[in-house]
Amino acid sequence: MPEQNDVILKVQGLQMRFGKLEVLKGVDTVIRRGEVIVVIGASGAGKSTFLRCLNRLETPTGGDILFEGESVVHAGRNLNHLRQRMGMVFQQFNLFNNLSVLDNITLAPIIVKKMEKAAAQQEAMQLLARVGLQDKAQAFPAQLSGGQRQRIAIVRALAMHPDVMLFDEPTSALDPEMVGEVLDVMQQLAADGMTMVVVSHEMGFARKVANRILFMENGVILEDGSPEDIFDHPASDRLKEFLGKVLH
Amino acid sequence: MELNFSFMTKYWPLFVRGAGTTLVLSVFTVLIGLIVGVVLALMRLGKFKPLSFLSAAYTEFIRGTPLMVQIFFIFYALPQMGFKIPNITGLGFDFPRFASGILAMGLNSAAYVGEIVRAGIQAVDKGQTEAARSLGMTAWQTMRRVVLPQAFKNILPALGNEFVTVIKESSIVMVIGITELMFNTSQVYSSSYRYFESLIVCALVYFVMTFTTSRLLAVMERRMKRDA
Repeated sequence: MPEQNDVILKVQGLQMRFGKLEVLKGVDTVIRRGEVIVVIGASGAGKSTFLRCLNRLETPTGGDILFEGESVVHAGRNLNHLRQRMGMVFQQFNLFNNLSVLDNITLAPIIVKKMEKAAAQQEAMQLLARVGLQDKAQAFPAQLSGGQRQRIAIVRALAMHPDVMLFDEPTSALDPEMVGEVLDVMQQLAADGMTMVVVSHEMGFARKVANRILFMENGVILEDGSPEDIFDHPASDRLKEFLGKVLH
Repeated sequence: MELNFSFMTKYWPLFVRGAGTTLVLSVFTVLIGLIVGVVLALMRLGKFKPLSFLSAAYTEFIRGTPLMVQIFFIFYALPQMGFKIPNITGLGFDFPRFASGILAMGLNSAAYVGEIVRAGIQAVDKGQTEAARSLGMTAWQTMRRVVLPQAFKNILPALGNEFVTVIKESSIVMVIGITELMFNTSQVYSSSYRYFESLIVCALVYFVMTFTTSRLLAVMERRMKRDA
């Protein structure tokens, strides 16, 4: 359980509509510093949309998100500053194909945070060493396995020293034998005290690493509780049905 | 009916100089086309609707009117309205004439290159932009550092084809008296009355330029694929 209780993200009445399709129908929750939150639910429940609203890759059509007290939805020019403090890891890795691993990691620290190139590279090498990939610094994304790419994507986000890390199904596009190496890095990150919001279908990871689990269904958070609450004492029939399908 | 190439001993320098002018003309045309084309593509893809409309209108208008009209417009019509390209003396050639030709060709090429660039940008995976923006990069930083380099790589073959097209189409600027290959060829056949032979030589010189260019591009393309 997190020791500090300060709120890092506050989500209020979040709504998202794509044309006629209502994907989020009023999501309310609070994320505290140091919490590791895993969002679970069926496809189309709105998990990814919820996550992508947090750093406004999707602009919500209603409600608000307060990141350390500042509105993300009404951020204006300040949005880029807010995004610097929210790292994001994608299902498809999205490493910059035109840049080497080292340049992938140092690009934003150098051009956004105006870090010295040498200092940024030194830090990138230390981060790469933490995920065991320092020998890949000069490689290009196309030369790496999915698991390697995703570990580097995590390092790229960490190089900005974010206050919170958002993970959008980080292991869904990986071959089964590579899932473990990525989850290990994430678990290490959680142990170091990083605040994390993870959309995932990895129930084992959720149970072991999460402090809190959000079960989303049909655009709302249907249940919110500790892993024991969610996995051992599901309240709703819908969650029981979902767990019955994914936990066999 | 017999072929006689003896005029070549006297006139060959005209073909060489003409080819040189054609190449210089084409390089500048493609440069202007690329720069203006990138601007047109960014305007077209941007969120600001009036600029997007302006870019689309420009592209449609340029592609829907003859290049010859555009060349005459810039060379004859604009000076009439007071828009004169200032002369630069001491260059050894008629600068306003040459510049008018390059400008007209470049602005024409830009309409086509703009569409190539737009397609190239749109072919870059959306995830690349999302990743850059999620790191706090601005839209422009994302475009310059991540999207455009990848788009450029995608469109290099199409840009090469545009260069080949421009080499051939530049023959049209003979109508405003630029002494490029086609113009010089016309000088040769009207002095020597050797139409058939002059045009054969002219065609061969064009072909050598376009074929060499496309072979060079093929090599470059293979090399880039290997490095990727």
